[in-house]
Amino acid sequence: MKDSFINRKYVIMALVVFATLGLLVRLFIIQVVKNTYRISADNNVLRYIPQYPARGLIYDRNGKLIVFNQAAYDLMVVPSQVTKIDTLGFCDFLGISADLFRKQMKLAINYSRRAPSVFLKQVSNETYARFQEKMFMYPGFYVQPRTLRKYSKPVAAHILGYVSEVDDGVIKKNPYYKPGDYIGKSGIEESYEKDLRGRRGVKIFLVDVFSRIKGSYAGGKLDTLAVQGSDIVSGIDLDLQDYGELLMKNKRGSVVAIEPQTGEVLTLISAPDYDPALLVGRVRSENFAKLQGDSVLQPLFNRALMASYPPGSTFKPINGLIGLQEGVINAQTLFECHRGYLFVACHAHPSPLSIVGAIGNSCNAYFCQTYRRVLENPAYNTVADAYDKWRKYVNEFGFGNKLGTDFVNELAGFIPSTEYFDKYYGKNRWKALTVISMAIGQGEVGTTPLQMANYTAAIANRGYFYTPHVVKSVGPDHLIDNRFTTKHQIDIDTANFEKIVLGMEQAVNSGTAAGVKLKDIIMCGKTGTAQNPHGANHSVFIAFAPKDNPKIAIAVYVENAGFGATYAAPIASLMIEKYLKGAITNKVLEKRILELNLQGTNSEAER
Amino acid sequence: MKRSVNIWNGIDKTSIVLFLLLVLMGWINIYAAVFNEEHSGILDFSQRYGKQFLWIIASLILAVFIVIIDNRFYFFFAWFIYGASMLLLLLVVIFGKEINGAKSWFEFGAISLQPSELAKFATALALAAYLNTKRQDLTKLAVIFPAAAIILCPAMLTMLQPDLGSAIVYVSLFIVLFREGMSPYIFVSGLLAIVLFFLTLLTNNLYLTIALIVIAVILLWFATHKWKLVLFGSGIFLLVAGMLYMLDHYLIKSIGNELVIFISLILSGVIYAFYVFNKRAVSVLVIYLFLIGSIMYVNSVNYAFDHLLKAHQKERVDILLGFKSDLHGTGYNVNQSIISIGSGGFSGKGFLQGTQTKFKFVPKQSSDFIFCTVGEEWGFLGSGVIIGIYLFLLLRLIKLAERQRSDFSRIYGYCVVSILFTHIFLNIGMAIGLVPVIGIPLPFLSYGGSSLWGFTILLFIFLRLDASRTEYLV
Repeated sequence: MKDSFINRKYVIMALVVFATLGLLVRLFIIQVVKNTYRISADNNVLRYIPQYPARGLIYDRNGKLIVFNQAAYDLMVVPSQVTKIDTLGFCDFLGISADLFRKQMKLAINYSRRAPSVFLKQVSNETYARFQEKMFMYPGFYVQPRTLRKYSKPVAAHILGYVSEVDDGVIKKNPYYKPGDYIGKSGIEESYEKDLRGRRGVKIFLVDVFSRIKGSYAGGKLDTLAVQGSDIVSGIDLDLQDYGELLMKNKRGSVVAIEPQTGEVLTLISAPDYDPALLVGRVRSENFAKLQGDSVLQPLFNRALMASYPPGSTFKPINGLIGLQEGVINAQTLFECHRGYLFVACHAHPSPLSIVGAIGNSCNAYFCQTYRRVLENPAYNTVADAYDKWRKYVNEFGFGNKLGTDFVNELAGFIPSTEYFDKYYGKNRWKALTVISMAIGQGEVGTTPLQMANYTAAIANRGYFYTPHVVKSVGPDHLIDNRFTTKHQIDIDTANFEKIVLGMEQAVNSGTAAGVKLKDIIMCGKTGTAQNPHGANHSVFIAFAPKDNPKIAIAVYVENAGFGATYAAPIASLMIEKYLKGAITNKVLEKRILELNLQGTNSEAER
Repeated sequence: MKRSVNIWNGIDKTSIVLFLLLVLMGWINIYAAVFNEEHSGILDFSQRYGKQFLWIIASLILAVFIVIIDNRFYFFFAWFIYGASMLLLLLVVIFGKEINGAKSWFEFGAISLQPSELAKFATALALAAYLNTKRQDLTKLAVIFPAAAIILCPAMLTMLQPDLGSAIVYVSLFIVLFREGMSPYIFVSGLLAIVLFFLTLLTNNLYLTIALIVIAVILLWFATHKWKLVLFGSGIFLLVAGMLYMLDHYLIKSIGNELVIFISLILSGVIYAFYVFNKRAVSVLVIYLFLIGSIMYVNSVNYAFDHLLKAHQKERVDILLGFKSDLHGTGYNVNQSIISIGSGGFSGKGFLQGTQTKFKFVPKQSSDFIFCTVGEEWGFLGSGVIIGIYLFLLLRLIKLAERQRSDFSRIYGYCVVSILFTHIFLNIGMAIGLVPVIGIPLPFLSYGGSSLWGFTILLFIFLRLDASRTEYLV
């Protein structure tokens, strides 16, 4: 059979031959001409050694260092390289038991004979230094440098938070993280994690089949440097924080102080607290479990943000303001007080009083009647409508909602709505007298100390506030989120605020807080005694100073401590004086507070 | 017709020797590739080298079996075998076990079967049977289409799994069609399409379009040798393009350079049409259509690349072209492979001394990347020897194919050459970084029962047919 295409076989043969030649040429190039592969292969496995960045530092408002980093070393092991070693001597150096050694080796072998794994976490500098000299005796072990947090003073644990290792949940949610990375938990460490963590780098090494490092891969071209985390300047005044925590020792409660003109948090204390160094490094898990297990003291619980208390009489100024603004009272309005009003009792004081005196003497009757007038205001159709308006004012001060701070986990507090009362009592079945206890900050009202401090700052500013924030600025460019530089104006005239301020001045001068009057500083304050169904009353005090051009607004809660004037007010005045003057004049008062121990009293904070 | 041929005398001993050499070397290399100190006996059945020994024995039995069977069996049952294979290919997509994102295997307890390997020789048989019975002129489209269908049916079925490598192997059977008379232009177009594909990804569209136009002009010159025509044609295009560009640049501002050129071409084409119609200038028409077609192809390639290729396939192409270097992910295999082969140097590191393969730095080193062990332990010399053996085998098979009296046998022989060649070129090419990573075994060397048997059957059917080459089949 004639096959006219027979010559095509040459084409096919040519194709085969040329393709083969192509392969051979390429082979020749990579095997004979280029010798880089020989070197690469001799060394082969690319060992990626992460370069962990130093975490950003945290400073206080005056540039004092609060949190910095200390070097720590993870001891790594490559089991296949570990030959017969003097186990006992090794354990001696590290300060571990032979059992632990065996256990860790087993874990490492299980993980991989050839890949490195962590043998011992965060060996201390001293151990590392001693071990360095003898490391050649123990092949198969090497150190990986890490950084751990160190605190210049054992304070501000709740504000700062702590640092722990990432777990699988975090890695899944955020692929930046790899096992072994650290992440901030709670406090500034958590809310500013992205800024503090910096960026992990990597050094790629060539290791031989015995996992010994032979040099950099590609001459270090693919290595990336670790980028240190951004430093943070917080608004905290470290000395004030230290002093406040000292004053609050052996007591339960919280203190929050804000700089009114900026909203920067000067100090935030929740007592009992703990030394932040407890949650650093190797000891963290154990200590955390202990702290968490302490159900009596609950040191991990941040009362400043997460405890909702009834404000008590400290709530009276806000009711006074609303009354003035709604026009149901004015500066001259007088109310009688017959040791109380209807079923609400009151202590002894001159009567009748105008608004200034009512605040100064903390008259319950005055405010019950004011509140009643607000709710029964004929300008509104129903009590519910008037209440809605009242609630709107209260919300404007930051109560009843989260403030939107840069703290993690703040509570919104509770200012009931008309729907709440409707549900509880029935629609149109409740009136002003039903809820009259809210006039004096009792009843269903729930506020957090942070909210109280913020409200005090609003009064100090005569009508506005900035969202409280614990961080002043981030990074070298000193950036801050602009939600913190937005003014929140309250819909109440400045003139009305002035009257309230006068009242609060009188409270300190000659009223319920006269005992804590300061020399040379005009402080304005309001005492409060929050009733507590579970036990003794809470002592509450809010204040700001100086009266004109205020620099600090503070709220103090001391649980189960009775009258506001007794404990909360002294603590507030001591802290204000410390902050404004730097030194204390009334040493006797200071001594009394320092020695006060309220741990024995039982109760629970309302949550 | 009486079977008066003595099979043993007729069968090609050279090929058998080459086959045995490859199989043996394959076995030894697998031993080196996955050598396990604790199971160092080559006949240790818990290890791959032990198992490969079993597969080899089985394949030898198969080979004997195939050779014993009457050669006409293959001819008469070609379609049946093909049909059964297509069915298996379909079933594996439905019932197969999913491994690494592809359903290529049936699993019956401890036994795994890969229908794709068996379908290869089945397709060869069917193709040979079809072209033989028709005795047709492959220059006619009516004949090419069914042939293409026979080839493309398994190609598409394997793409369902998906198994790109096998699909390419089937497509390579077009080489056989070329040998049997199909127009080379189809071939050249195919090749051009591949070259353009890569060029499109490497360079930018605009330059490519301009290059294509220049090529078209050159082709026009070669086709017509008429200066004036070429100048005139170009002139018209430049005029139209110039005007359109001005319009876009100053007025419309949204057309873009590429589109300007394309529209200008179309508009010029209208003018060219008059000339073509008047002068019956077929070559001009063809060149023009080719130009338009290429430009559209270039654009669709980009579209297809961005939208139709799966992410990991795109990545592999990117890595091949050097756009991405991903040492830790997809590029890892190739990187390690090149390192290990390259490190073999001229004469290799020696048996069992390949550090890369010894310490398992090359993944899949007993199957897809088996060549790495060869390259690393035997160096350029050893690699050259293996490639040489393959080359020798392929050329030998071509020679055997040419000496067949039956078209059926010859065509089948060329199919064997195509299939083996494609496997060899793609597998080794991938291992040395010339070709994107495509999972495909190296004939007779890669570990695996299915692939070894597939190739053995493929080869030995041909050797059987060759043994009776002096006969006519039907």
